[in-house]
Amino acid sequence: MSASAGATIDAVVDQVDVVADQVVSLVLRRTDGRQFQPWQPGAHIDVHVGDGLVRQYSLCSSPEELDHLRIGVLHVPDSRGGSKAVHALLAGTPLTISEPRNNFPMRESRRYLFLAGGIGITPLIPMLEAAHAAGKEWTLVYGGRSRNTMAFAQQLEDRYGPERIRIIAEDEVGRLDLDQILGMPRAHMLVYACGPGGLLGAVEERCMGWPPGALHTERFVASTLGAAAANAPFEVELARTGTTVTVPNDKTILEAVEEVGVRVLSSCRGGLCGTCETQIISGEPEHRDAVLSEEDREAGEVMLVCVSRAAAGCPRLVLDL
Amino acid sequence: MTVTTHEANVLGEDPFETANLLDPYPFLGRLRDAGAVSYLESTGSYAVAGYQEVYEVLTDFETYISSGGLGPRDIRKDSGWRPPSILESDPPIHTVMRRALTGVINPSTVRALREPFTPPAAELTEQLAQRKTFDAITDLAEKYPLRVFPDAVGIPDVGREHLLPYGNMVFNAFGPENYIFKQAFAQGDEHAAAVMRNCQRENLDDTGFGAQIWKRVEDGLITEQQATLLVRALLSAGVDTTIFGIGNTLSVLARYPEAWAQLRENPKMAKFAVDEALRLESPFQKFHRTVAVDTVLGGVHLPAGAKVLVFLGAANRDPRKWGENADDFDLNRNASGHVAFGMGLHQCVGQPIARLEMEIVLQQLLERVAAIEPDGAPVPILHNVLRGFESLPVRITAA
Repeated sequence: MSASAGATIDAVVDQVDVVADQVVSLVLRRTDGRQFQPWQPGAHIDVHVGDGLVRQYSLCSSPEELDHLRIGVLHVPDSRGGSKAVHALLAGTPLTISEPRNNFPMRESRRYLFLAGGIGITPLIPMLEAAHAAGKEWTLVYGGRSRNTMAFAQQLEDRYGPERIRIIAEDEVGRLDLDQILGMPRAHMLVYACGPGGLLGAVEERCMGWPPGALHTERFVASTLGAAAANAPFEVELARTGTTVTVPNDKTILEAVEEVGVRVLSSCRGGLCGTCETQIISGEPEHRDAVLSEEDREAGEVMLVCVSRAAAGCPRLVLDL
Repeated sequence: MTVTTHEANVLGEDPFETANLLDPYPFLGRLRDAGAVSYLESTGSYAVAGYQEVYEVLTDFETYISSGGLGPRDIRKDSGWRPPSILESDPPIHTVMRRALTGVINPSTVRALREPFTPPAAELTEQLAQRKTFDAITDLAEKYPLRVFPDAVGIPDVGREHLLPYGNMVFNAFGPENYIFKQAFAQGDEHAAAVMRNCQRENLDDTGFGAQIWKRVEDGLITEQQATLLVRALLSAGVDTTIFGIGNTLSVLARYPEAWAQLRENPKMAKFAVDEALRLESPFQKFHRTVAVDTVLGGVHLPAGAKVLVFLGAANRDPRKWGENADDFDLNRNASGHVAFGMGLHQCVGQPIARLEMEIVLQQLLERVAAIEPDGAPVPILHNVLRGFESLPVRITAA
């Protein structure tokens, strides 16, 4: 069972560490002393940061240890206040959070390339651990402005060694050379990338030369959404079929629609191939795919129902299904 | 860990023998039953026909490489009949070419084609709906892609008549140099030269896929020669296969009247019908890969340099993947995962265009035709690697 939408947990900030310039790491525990629900690498939690603001932060602790959760937060001076509020938290402060949820699940493969830009390292940390424990062939390329801004860089290097962990600090060796890093696709290798939009755009462009579906990204969408109740349930009206289904927080539109017997052609089911592209008749989507162009996103006429959802504040989508 | 290996089962049957080309499925069943990996005496290559092995060969592009060519000869040793295409290349050369192509052909650019692609399909099917009988191949499947696709690439009208003969050469060369190959290559130089001319920047319009590929030369991503080869790849791979896809879909639907009725009720299902028909009657049936390093597949040791003949059309009918009714058309089957467009690194880039063309034709036909049935026996085409029909007479009831 996953948490119902909006279900919150009373937690407490157990520990606050400054882990890099402008980055704090928070260790959170449940106030009732119980364990958190099991979660998988790539998961995040909602953090209610006050004044009705909700932010999503990736978990960077170990899924093996459910007595606490760890998040890493970069202070973004021009943000809408989420990171500033989190940076003001002290150990012992009560905090309302959600159970872990996963929009960036790690798929089974033989090889992995992890690619982090700055604070984008956080969701990858549990992935490295999982890949390592399973004896996979993997490397991490981690880029940042300078070593002192790169959270967890030293710990990762110490833990896994420089063979697997490549730290690329811009002030030492320049920016990530994506042509070199992604110029030679490997068989059965998945690429997991997280970082700022500019970096991910450049990564996506280069991965067009990789097998379809090799690249998985997590964009920092949540930070620009305002008070997004990230996986709130919403309704989808199927205009052709004439029915309406409710999409719960733990299901995709595709799954919910298929459950009522309506077929949608799909392939990767991960926002990567574009097969399930569906026309929107009304309503505002929150795009979570890696396929649509910026113009497509702006136009809001189509969406990939395998990953994308209704935007915050849009309780109902009408789709051409 | 030690891997125990056994010898491949040696098969005397020739997949390129006329009877096996005209009706491939009985042979493909025997090939699948013979074991995970067989050795074909006739071609001197290994063969895989089960879904699992075909999937492994297609996705492990480091072990099973493409630069040896898709035919039975190793073009690395023995240069091919033309400069290697994107299909005949490996990373990192393949990578920049694929990047350039995927940047040009993707869901956004293909979506914009629905509008220009619809009226020609409406017009063609409207004319055919006035008749009681027609040939679904020569009157429809061969006509439609030639009406829309060359315009989408942006080539001039002059020289379009060479597209089909050129496609016929390219694909037949993925098989042995038999009489079919020789026939296809009879006026080969002329067709190849005409198609190459239409790949040059100055002969392409300013808005088509061709011009957009050439734009990537200005960006410094690819060379002029690579741009020429990529436009050539579109022209050679984008016409025949789609014609066969449309023809094969109609050949199946003519045999399944209840599916046609179901589609008439819900024309939105047209794309599922196309997908299932592509699984059942895959236009691109087989091609070769080359083993790069000694490896083991399905318990059989494959030496570096060996050729592996990959039977896509057999994998798409493997009962272990699709169930006991794998040889039947089932509109309600989830056909996703079929390998009709290949899989992985070299998976067909033009797939969304092909699917769009097939869906539009079928939807337009469904609108105007209440029932369709065979009007005599279809005539299968004699082709080394493609499966399709020369003629498919049908009788219709107009809506």
